[in-house]
Amino acid sequence: MTATPTDAEPQKESMGIDPYERNWIRFSIVLLGVFLLAVTVAGFAMGFQVPGEEARVDPSTITETGPFSNPGLREVAPGEFEAYVVSRTFNFDPAEIVVPQGATVTIYVTSQDVQHGFKITDTNVNMQVVPGQVSKLTYTFDRIGEFPYICHEYCGIGHAAMFGRVKVVPPNEFEEAGA
Amino acid sequence: MTISIERPTRELTESEKRFVGWHMLVAIIALLVGSIFGPLQALQYSNVDLYQYIEPVIRSYYQGLTLHGVLNALVWTTFFIVGFTTLVVIKGLGRPLTHPKVNWAGFWVMVTGLVMTAVPILLNEATVLYTFYPPLQASWAFYLGLTLVVVGSWIAGVGFFLTYWAWRKDNPDTRSPFIAFAGVLNMAMWQIATLGVAVEILSMLLPWSLGLIDATDPELARTYFWFTGHPLVYFWLLPAYISWYGMLPKQAGGKLFSDSLARLAFWLFLIVSVPVGFHHQFVDPGVPTGWKWIHATLTYSVFFPSMLTAFTVIASLEYAGRKRGGTGLVGWIRALPWKDPSVSAQLLAGILFLFGGISGLTNASYNLNLIVHNTAWVPGHFHLTVATAVTLSFMGITYWLVPHITGKKLISPRLAQVQVWSWFVGMIIFSNAMHVLGLLGAPRRTPLGDAPYVPEEWSGHLLRTSIGGAILLVSVLIYGWVMYKTARGPKVDPEDVPEIPIAESLRDPQLTPVWLDRFKPWLIAAGVLIVVAYGPQLWDQITGMQLNAPGWTPW
Repeated sequence: MTATPTDAEPQKESMGIDPYERNWIRFSIVLLGVFLLAVTVAGFAMGFQVPGEEARVDPSTITETGPFSNPGLREVAPGEFEAYVVSRTFNFDPAEIVVPQGATVTIYVTSQDVQHGFKITDTNVNMQVVPGQVSKLTYTFDRIGEFPYICHEYCGIGHAAMFGRVKVVPPNEFEEAGA
Repeated sequence: MTISIERPTRELTESEKRFVGWHMLVAIIALLVGSIFGPLQALQYSNVDLYQYIEPVIRSYYQGLTLHGVLNALVWTTFFIVGFTTLVVIKGLGRPLTHPKVNWAGFWVMVTGLVMTAVPILLNEATVLYTFYPPLQASWAFYLGLTLVVVGSWIAGVGFFLTYWAWRKDNPDTRSPFIAFAGVLNMAMWQIATLGVAVEILSMLLPWSLGLIDATDPELARTYFWFTGHPLVYFWLLPAYISWYGMLPKQAGGKLFSDSLARLAFWLFLIVSVPVGFHHQFVDPGVPTGWKWIHATLTYSVFFPSMLTAFTVIASLEYAGRKRGGTGLVGWIRALPWKDPSVSAQLLAGILFLFGGISGLTNASYNLNLIVHNTAWVPGHFHLTVATAVTLSFMGITYWLVPHITGKKLISPRLAQVQVWSWFVGMIIFSNAMHVLGLLGAPRRTPLGDAPYVPEEWSGHLLRTSIGGAILLVSVLIYGWVMYKTARGPKVDPEDVPEIPIAESLRDPQLTPVWLDRFKPWLIAAGVLIVVAYGPQLWDQITGMQLNAPGWTPW
């Protein structure tokens, strides 16, 4: 099981990395470093942030006490809103949220039963909805239109029918509807 | 300039071949049964609902999806891997298992677990998909069965470790043969990785399904699950890498380009494949953004050994192609033995893995995950990785392995070739459509044919998903046919039975630094990294545990 020494081959232990491979390794490290820098800057400096730790709730009492007992949209400051959404098999409450164009909405979602998902189509809003936990993301709705929010976690036999929608309307229409 | 090394040439005994063969039999049956449900899902996307015809047996899309996930992603892989690892350990080390009874015990525990898992799934009492997130509550038999499958694989792993140690004692200064080293390393990683799901099931899900506790903490369960869930994919992938590094070069007529970097890549997988699980929880509540970011960084580091692999495997193949007379920038690729279905399967698997790697890096990229989490993009991604890089490679391996252990000849290499290419083409169509659907916002795990929110814009992609799925169904049926006819074929002259391909290293492995051939420092490093990257947050979640989510069976 011993190697036969030859003059041409150095018989010392070494990594024996080919020069091309050395360059490939450097390239790989730089590439991954650049990617990491990009997502870090976008996440922590530019506000493209994922949900974090928010609050705990008791799924059996959310419909009786706390902000989720009265789900829906409320204006907290001019142009700034909070939306509380309860997910349950197999619907969202509320099923529709109407906001004025340009509104910044902080969305809080929790579940009354099993895990659900909350993704607003064509936006960066995407949350796992877990009973016992509150998921939170903030988004500014700059485009007029209808944006379905779809349950993207399997939650039972009616999962495919579980969705709601955000309606972004011109500010004057929103005022009229509210008045 | 290579140095010839005397390698052990011990052949497998008949009983060893039978032992490996039993694993392959269970694995291939699981693949065939599980794969039938995949196309049923894909066809549902364009409103062809075949589930209605099998309704008394399989009651919903979701029950079929559970079977598809469990049989293909968990059973086919685990049984194949334990069987294949047995082969590479005893062939690589050139010695029998020290305790074959331990390994047999492992096999039977796995089979028992498989049956216990299968019964509740078939009875529609465990339609919880293969991630079984609580508070969806399956029958206790489902959780116990999964536990036994994992415990069985642990027992098999112990059998491999004992065999490796016995070899090491006899050969203290020799570099361990690469395929055996890598096989043992993969099982060691598996043992560390599965601690998460073991704790999840034993401390929470099993007592809960038995009625001993009333409720669960679903977020803590997710953290336990993904502790195991990501290294699980490396547990699937590394046996394919063993073949790409240590066997495919031989089949292609070449050598392993760099033994030392191959080992370094495997060590990096051991230490960084576990502390990355939060990248599956980027959009979860209950986990601070800081820890998610740390895991994103570590996920990028686990991408690095795959970059090393890309270079070493392609360089090994280029060496082979040029030795076969291939010239020019791409001429060596054409010179590779594409006519061998075992080789073409693995080459095509590797090509699609490049794309799977790119979509995987996207998933890992922290806030980019906001676009793709739980969309059809994700199954699009893992059908390139586990369902192609891994599965098509494993299929390619069985094209020499099954003839080898049965003493037969591959029944029809041409039909096998059709199988390989149709898998490649079907998967390109299927997974591309799934990736696009995901970017458009289509959720995963959803019978989109029934969903009320599906816009007209998606219909072309939904149709492509179905077409890809139909092609894959044809491919897997051909595979089953080729395997069946091969195993049932007549015994042939031993000369005509394919050998186990073992690639030599271009450089004498004895020159590989000794620190790349010692388990202890790397195992310690793996443990330390887990404690640092998981410890504080896991501690917070365990001490803050609130068991307040009771079980539901809404299917």
